[in-house]
Formats: sequence, C-alpha cells, structure tokens
Amino acid sequence: MKASAGNDIGGAGQMTSAPQPVAEGSVRLRENNKEIESIQLLIEGSLSQFGYPDAAMFAIRLSLEEAMMNGFRHGNLADPSKFVEVRWRIDSNSANFHVIDEGEGFDPEAVPDPTLDENLEIPSGRGLMLIRAYMSDARYHDPGNHLEMTFRKVAK
Amino acid sequence: MSTETSRIRVTDLSGVLRVEFVDKDILDEAAIRQISTELVKRVEAAASLRMLISFRGVEHLSSAALGTLITINSLTKKRGGQLRLSDIKPSIMEVFTITKLNKLFQIFETSEKALEGFGGK
Repeated sequence: MKASAGNDIGGAGQMTSAPQPVAEGSVRLRENNKEIESIQLLIEGSLSQFGYPDAAMFAIRLSLEEAMMNGFRHGNLADPSKFVEVRWRIDSNSANFHVIDEGEGFDPEAVPDPTLDENLEIPSGRGLMLIRAYMSDARYHDPGNHLEMTFRKVAK
Repeated sequence: MSTETSRIRVTDLSGVLRVEFVDKDILDEAAIRQISTELVKRVEAAASLRMLISFRGVEHLSSAALGTLITINSLTKKRGGQLRLSDIKPSIMEVFTITKLNKLFQIFETSEKALEGFGGK
C-alpha cells in the first residue's frame, strides 16, 4: 500500500494545513483470482485502518468484486489479454474507487431492472444494482467503461 | 487451479439433499461455475429432487452466485423438485432483499426449520 498525504503537489509533501492521512493506490489486473483477492485484502486493510465498520467493508468488497467482474466479463468480453484498472483513495471520511476496463462502454440505463417480477428468474444483471444499493454514489463516465464509486462513512 | 476438488459438501438426509459450501466466499467465477456444474448434475440425476442449500459459514456472495442459484431453482422446479435455502447470515440476506430474490426463493432461518415438512413422507 502506498500511503501518501492529501495535497502533495509535486514537492516534498509539505503540508500547509493539518495533514489528512490518505491511503491510495492503483493496479492493473488481469482476471486472476489470487491477484483480485490480494487487492481486496489490501483495500480491506486500509479500510480497517481508517475505522470503517464491518458493514462498510462488506459493501465495498462486494461492490468492487461486482465492478471488476463486470469489467472483465462485459467490458473486456473475457479477453484474457485485457486489463481492468482499479484505483482507490481512502481517508477517514470516504472511500473512492475507479474501475476501468478496456471495453467500448455501455449504456447503464439500458440494463433491464432485475427486480421486476418478470425478470426475477433471469440469472444475470444484478451486479450493477448491488453496487448502486451498497455504495453512496456510483456513476459511469463516458463512454461507459469507467465506473466511479464512493462510499461515504458518515452518510451511509 | 484446484478444479478437481469439490467446493460443496453434499449430505443425503433421507430424501433431502443438503448442500453446504466449503469456501466462506462464493465470489470467483470459476468456482461458481464449478459449483453450478455439480449442482446441475445432482438435479438432473434425480426426478423431483428436494434440495436444501445451507449457507452456514458463508460470508460473501456475488451476483454470479445468485445467478447460479436462480438457474438451479428453475431447473429443480422444472423437474418437479423443490429447492430451499437456509442459514443465511443477515449481511447476505440483505443481498437477497435488495435484489428481491427473497421473493423467488424459499428461505428458512435454519436447516432444521427448512427440513420441517420437507423430508416428506
């Protein structure tokens, strides 16, 4: 984990105001369970350092898992040569994540609502709705291959 | 890759097949696919199978795992059988509630309760 301070503008990292500890990092992943697991553990470690409760860790772990799987599956179309990039920035107030795949993107509004009675028996399409339910904020950046999601410790 | 090792434990409780998971996290797609294949085989091997899937010890569950449960549920019903779920801890129960899948599945608090009236005559 690379832990750095907030407003580090190129210099020696000198603070003008009280330092705000932050844990941040980024990684490019191929679909490899061991790597995915170790990133999850790394992030879990940071969350626990910043006092996130168990429920938050559950929410974030699930959301990250779903976001990465969507990236590998629907974004990269299971092409083993393609990467999913994960970036995170965690402080004591919020945890922010970017999950970026190498696909062409999609229209998240076009995903059918899996909770409608007529869709309940369709075995896929629930990842995004879980992310939206568990995170404080989740949005796709154009063209739809870049998901940004945030968990706010206080608000949720 | 441990594709040979089963990720489920299956016990025959005189007529009801109880399934438990070896792993506490049911997240990765390869494992889920393997579990799915094993369960489909079980369902297809018997007519009107009664199956109880217990989530005792399970801590995390992804939407891909939910997909497998939906598939198994449909297949079991189609073949005249029945699927029940039990021992789902509150955090995972929330996943079922959010996705409204608690309406689709027959969910029981404990294996004991799920087995009541399931063992049949």
